[in-house]
Amino acid sequence: MAPPIDYEILRMIWWALLGVLLIGFTLTDGFDLGTATLLPFVAKDDVERRMVINSIGATWEGNQVWFILGGGAIFAAWPFVYAVSFSGFYLAMFLVLSALILRPVGFKYRSKKPDAAWRSRWDWALFVGGFVPALVFGVAVGNVLTGVPFRLDSDLRSFYDGTLLGLFHPFSLLAGLLSVAMIVLHGASWLSIKIERGPVHDRAARFGTIAAIASILLFAAGGLFIWKGGIGFRIEGLVDSFGPSNPRLTQTVAAPGAWLDNYGRYPWMILGPILGFLGPVLALMGIRSGKEVLAFGGSSLGAVGIISTVGLSMFPFILPSSIDPISSLTVWNSSSSHVTLFIMLLCTVIFLPFVLLYTAWVYKVLFGRITTKEVKTNPDFY
Amino acid sequence: MDMAVVELSRLQFALTALYHFLFVPLTLGLSFMLVIMESIYVMTGREIWRTITRFWGKLFGINFVLGVSTGITMEFEFGTNWSYFAHYVGDIFGAPLAIEGLMAFFMEATFVGLMFFGWDKLSKQAHLFVTFMVALGTNLSALWILIANGWMQHPVGARFNPDTMRMEVHDFMAVLFNPVAQAKFVHTVSAGYVCASVFVLGVSSYYLLRGKWTAIAKRSFTVAAAFGLASSLSVVVLGDESGYALTDNQKMKLAALEGMWHTEAAPAGLSLIGFPSMKDKETHFEVKVPYVLGLISTRSLTGEVTGIEDLVGRANQRIASGIVAYDAVEKLKVNRTDIAAREQFELHKQDLGYAMLLKRYTDDPRKATLAQKEQAAWDTVPHVPVMFWLFRAMAAIGVYLIGFFGVAFVLATMRRFDCRKFLKLAVFTIPLPWIAIEAGWMLAELGRQPWAIDGVLPTFLGVSSLTVAQIWTTIVGFTLLYGVLAVIEVKLMLAAIRKGPIEDHGPAHVQDTRDGYAPLPAE
Repeated sequence: MAPPIDYEILRMIWWALLGVLLIGFTLTDGFDLGTATLLPFVAKDDVERRMVINSIGATWEGNQVWFILGGGAIFAAWPFVYAVSFSGFYLAMFLVLSALILRPVGFKYRSKKPDAAWRSRWDWALFVGGFVPALVFGVAVGNVLTGVPFRLDSDLRSFYDGTLLGLFHPFSLLAGLLSVAMIVLHGASWLSIKIERGPVHDRAARFGTIAAIASILLFAAGGLFIWKGGIGFRIEGLVDSFGPSNPRLTQTVAAPGAWLDNYGRYPWMILGPILGFLGPVLALMGIRSGKEVLAFGGSSLGAVGIISTVGLSMFPFILPSSIDPISSLTVWNSSSSHVTLFIMLLCTVIFLPFVLLYTAWVYKVLFGRITTKEVKTNPDFY
Repeated sequence: MDMAVVELSRLQFALTALYHFLFVPLTLGLSFMLVIMESIYVMTGREIWRTITRFWGKLFGINFVLGVSTGITMEFEFGTNWSYFAHYVGDIFGAPLAIEGLMAFFMEATFVGLMFFGWDKLSKQAHLFVTFMVALGTNLSALWILIANGWMQHPVGARFNPDTMRMEVHDFMAVLFNPVAQAKFVHTVSAGYVCASVFVLGVSSYYLLRGKWTAIAKRSFTVAAAFGLASSLSVVVLGDESGYALTDNQKMKLAALEGMWHTEAAPAGLSLIGFPSMKDKETHFEVKVPYVLGLISTRSLTGEVTGIEDLVGRANQRIASGIVAYDAVEKLKVNRTDIAAREQFELHKQDLGYAMLLKRYTDDPRKATLAQKEQAAWDTVPHVPVMFWLFRAMAAIGVYLIGFFGVAFVLATMRRFDCRKFLKLAVFTIPLPWIAIEAGWMLAELGRQPWAIDGVLPTFLGVSSLTVAQIWTTIVGFTLLYGVLAVIEVKLMLAAIRKGPIEDHGPAHVQDTRDGYAPLPAE
């Protein structure tokens, strides 16, 4: 039985859902990562640090599932992307996973002993758990934009020709810093709505200001590189968007500047970069004028804009190969089968609304600012 | 194929999975026990049950974070270390993992924060609902993971597509309702319930021996004895046994764990003890109970249990047929529209995986020698002595625990909480379920060797193209990280147990603030 939705449309939907997942992760777990990165800098004594930690204490765990689900959904819908990218970025992935493993234990174990050295050690573990993933995710995206050194043989087994240090080049570092700035801005605006006004709140606003300005500058520099930096790929000849998922059937070539092609073809896509700039500007205005909801809305909008810009610029590419362009993974040649994409879409349509519903309920129950008094008296707090 | 990369990848997966699975069973069982305890609190309104729930909830939390942390590794390890596996079966295998995240893990992780932080923000009933959602999410997680694992043991509902060079789903319902997955689910979650019951019973017994927190310990003891008795019966009665007649590999697993080299006249005898030897292809000094194995595994008097040598003979035939399928795939790679090759493939595709067993000895299975084919056929036999002993260790503990919970249940019903011999025994029993559970996991996974996917993809072909140095880096890294965390976890757990149900961070100067926050005096 053939699924009632076209293979081509399903692939488009799953490409969009890949974006939704990345954005969902950045909007929710992004502020946890940002808050953890800011922890040692915005909070000086133990009560302040506990305020910061408890501002995300009850919700980071649910937020982190966006990351886990991202892994599962890429596996199910884009198995090539899952297989090639995670094995290629092997040691970078190990860094991210180790950092993320430190985070849950940091939250839970820090409060189990009153000892100051013990607590300070976990504070830095939490910092690592926030900063390292934010940086490495950005560096990885930078590498995806310039192309990744892998090739597929006739069995479609992937071989990777790079090193851990090779991942860090000027453009990918720029992307990494942009990612850190975006995440720190998001964390700072979260702290501004979630904790009581006072010294921590003020310090968070200062860091938020710096991060917002850095976001704008780095995003502009990234755009310049996309334009003049000599990167980009293009598909030559006809594309069979209904064809079997076999990358080696597509003719791909390296084409400097091609990442700007889509904006000429589909002018509405310019919305992505516009939001990427507008968001941090709004966040900056919100922070400066004490309108905290505007700040958080602005940093969220900025994340949506910056992430969509990457996706829209590269479409239909997902993971281009720098050493063997014919192995490049695109929306049309690296998805799961027609049946699997359809079944997974059904599951998403059924379950995702529930997820959003109960997540919203949990946030509603936990609504309100964290206060010094609460941190000192609530026996359930970390 | 670099076999060092294969062996190291297997080692890392085994280490990370076994470690992850130290925490999962306790989470599975303790979450439901929290639901039971909190339900009693909500129904009776008695404060002591609130204290009990919060106390075990605290231990649950310490254990839960490590389960979650180490689970992050598992979700990505198929991509990092088993990338050809991920490509080859991602179309089927990825789906249950994604659904697990969407339907189960989201539920569990979103509600768990509220379970810890929502005590004074929610009504009693609403908080119980939250605790229940955590338990439900946790157990649904196990369901989806075991559907994925069950499919590796018995790959139904999928077929190889030469255009994409991978397995693709054609009957998703068959994947969902895979009988092997169902048996594994019931068996595994029951084992988790047993594990948590032993843990609660053991810690309660420790308090009773020391005369501390006895009001809490007696009540916890009773809950654990009842829950544990039901669960330990369920583990053994609804064991994995039912799936063993389904496929060649499952038959091989059964023959291996019984050390049964030759097919016997039905019904076959059950071997109690013996010394299987891979070299002699014989089990020495065997003590057998007649008829029992045939009865258990085939549920009949006439069903035959196939021995290892006959199964190797079958593997030999399937290798020959697989080579024909492999030849067709190679022709289709060159010319996708080759009709003759497609027909040839359709006739032999179910054996394609068997030809790939030869890739260990030759790059082109079509050129394999007779000796290589014979060797590949014998590769389908897992390590018999290891299987034989793992099974006996697991089964012995399983049977012991039924008796253990039987006694505990009688003692609890008679309200005899002062039998010091049994209380001591209960403390020493605490590690046993973990040993049985890890043995069971190894039994299932080692028994599936040489396959990653039974009959479809040999394990050694599934690895990523990594270097030995890269894998050593991560093995050492994970071992150090996990090792440090294990030490911290055990210390914190012991400290929390020694401290008992006293609340953290409470206003120290106030003795009897809000209900239940004040520690209960020792009786």
